[in-house]
Amino acid sequence: MLILKKFAQDKSAVIGFAIVVAVVFIAVFGPWLAPYPQDATMSHLTRRLRPPSWAFPFGTDNLGRDILSRVILGARGALKVSLLVVGASMAIGVPLGLAAGYSRGWLSEAIMRVTDVFLALPQLILALALAQLMGPSLESAMIALVATYWPFFTRIVYAETRRLRASLFVDALEGLGASPTRIVFLHILPNAASPIIVRATIGLGFTILVAATLGFLGMGATPPDPDWGLAISQSRTFLPGAWWYATFPGLAILVTVLGFNLLGDGLRDIMDPRLRRSR
Amino acid sequence: MLRFIARRTLLAVPSLLGLLIITFVMIRLVPADPAAALAGDNATPEQVAQIRAQYGLDQPLPVQFLKYLSDVARFDFGDSVYSSRPVAIDIVQRLPATLELTFAALFLATALGIPLGVVAALNHNRWPDFVLRIVSIGGVALATFWIAIMFQLLFAMKLDWLPLRGRSSVGISFAGGPTGFLMLDALLKGRLDVFWDAFRHLVLPALTLSLGGIATITRFTRAGVLDTMQKDFVTYERAVGYPHRRLVWVYVLRNSVVASVTQIGLLFGSLIAGAVVVESIFDWPGLGSYTVNAILTADFKVMLAVTLLVGVIYAAVNILTDIVHGLIDPRLRDQA
Repeated sequence: MLILKKFAQDKSAVIGFAIVVAVVFIAVFGPWLAPYPQDATMSHLTRRLRPPSWAFPFGTDNLGRDILSRVILGARGALKVSLLVVGASMAIGVPLGLAAGYSRGWLSEAIMRVTDVFLALPQLILALALAQLMGPSLESAMIALVATYWPFFTRIVYAETRRLRASLFVDALEGLGASPTRIVFLHILPNAASPIIVRATIGLGFTILVAATLGFLGMGATPPDPDWGLAISQSRTFLPGAWWYATFPGLAILVTVLGFNLLGDGLRDIMDPRLRRSR
Repeated sequence: MLRFIARRTLLAVPSLLGLLIITFVMIRLVPADPAAALAGDNATPEQVAQIRAQYGLDQPLPVQFLKYLSDVARFDFGDSVYSSRPVAIDIVQRLPATLELTFAALFLATALGIPLGVVAALNHNRWPDFVLRIVSIGGVALATFWIAIMFQLLFAMKLDWLPLRGRSSVGISFAGGPTGFLMLDALLKGRLDVFWDAFRHLVLPALTLSLGGIATITRFTRAGVLDTMQKDFVTYERAVGYPHRRLVWVYVLRNSVVASVTQIGLLFGSLIAGAVVVESIFDWPGLGSYTVNAILTADFKVMLAVTLLVGVIYAAVNILTDIVHGLIDPRLRDQA
């Protein structure tokens, strides 16, 4: 309850939470919310590149599709990709971090050296290269993103596990004869949950950004998917005339990522008392 | 200090070896058949077999890896399919443009980020702090490719204040100079017109690239200054009556920027990666646009060389960051 109260006092975290809830709502009910849900695939060449109006608040694109509808329908894809990527990265990165943090000697060293090498590479370039090697598609992009994102979780979980391993309650558990698996998953993991949750929240926003960049560069979603990054890429031929075509999908990305970042930032302040002082 | 530098440099060796292994695995094992991938879509089975023999892809993996190491050691990355010239030469020619852009963005990010961070900290929980907080969280939420297009739309297409793309105007004849940095070369040869033209071309890409960095540095400087302001020595110096300005901008700042320096170091790496997107939108003739072209045309040799190069730059920057840390805070020298 104390946490909820603290959270409610943090205005920017509440704004972030509201944005995230709204985006999830739009992603789930998109086909019912969009004014022209059929515009996900259907084109109407008679109403190409119309500026924003009451009938089309965000205007129409080069195939006459309602941009507002496509921005709404794009939320589902963006959220799905980021949830899958962050989920899979956690599934790989967290156990590795626990293993590296709890064990000593070569296993720990091996895991952390590999992690460091991955962290020392630019995520975008690595993801682009991997996506191309596997053949450009949304699936390749997602695998590439997972392959480059798991080390972030390993690093954090490793640091937390190392810290907790030295604490008295772990000594006590070891003395009582608890198995390493039990200690790691039932006792260390719950205590390391806060930084993982914070990282995952910010990671969701970050992944939407990188996935949109891959889509923009032609290494992610494929036409006629209502993808935000892809839409911005397609809009470039029609500038400066159709300014609305590039503007609104980009705003959708900005607001969504901002929501996740504000929320993650607020969560960090609440969950990590060591950082609270600097607010 | 020298020992510290030497030890820190040696620590990078395992990471570099790891980098070589990862790139090798990527290029040899990820595609189902690397020879077919190298040969392209229209190759006959005979051509594929020839390429397999030519690149030693029929040899055992350890032998292939050793050959790979010796190629890398001699900077021999083969010819680019796209430009049909040696990859190493392409890279050397394009690197200065990318460095010019990256340094400009890094300068903007530091020159704006540190003062903004100090201002935010001094106005803790008042309106400048709130505004800067939202701006700095917004700054990292911006899609670079989108803001680049928005800048082009507004400042180049609608207002016509700045050039839309490229590194210099079409009509300008300038042979270039010894450094490869266009603005510097123009100054060295006394060509102010070229300098001004290059500067105008640099503004939009550098600004786009720096936005995320401004946001990050502002945040870390703010946190650092807030922390330091609570230290005893600040209370003491205040009580003794040091001038406020000197206290904040000299003593507090020096004690606060360690975290920011780390961020500036990390930032350099992320700027090089961000340059991939920015360069391809602004047609900036550097490594970034070269990389995007290579990836889109499946030019594997270029992809490999660029990934390696960026990895090495990352490692070098990390070492440099640690050394700067050691200079700012002598206590760190003994720990590493």
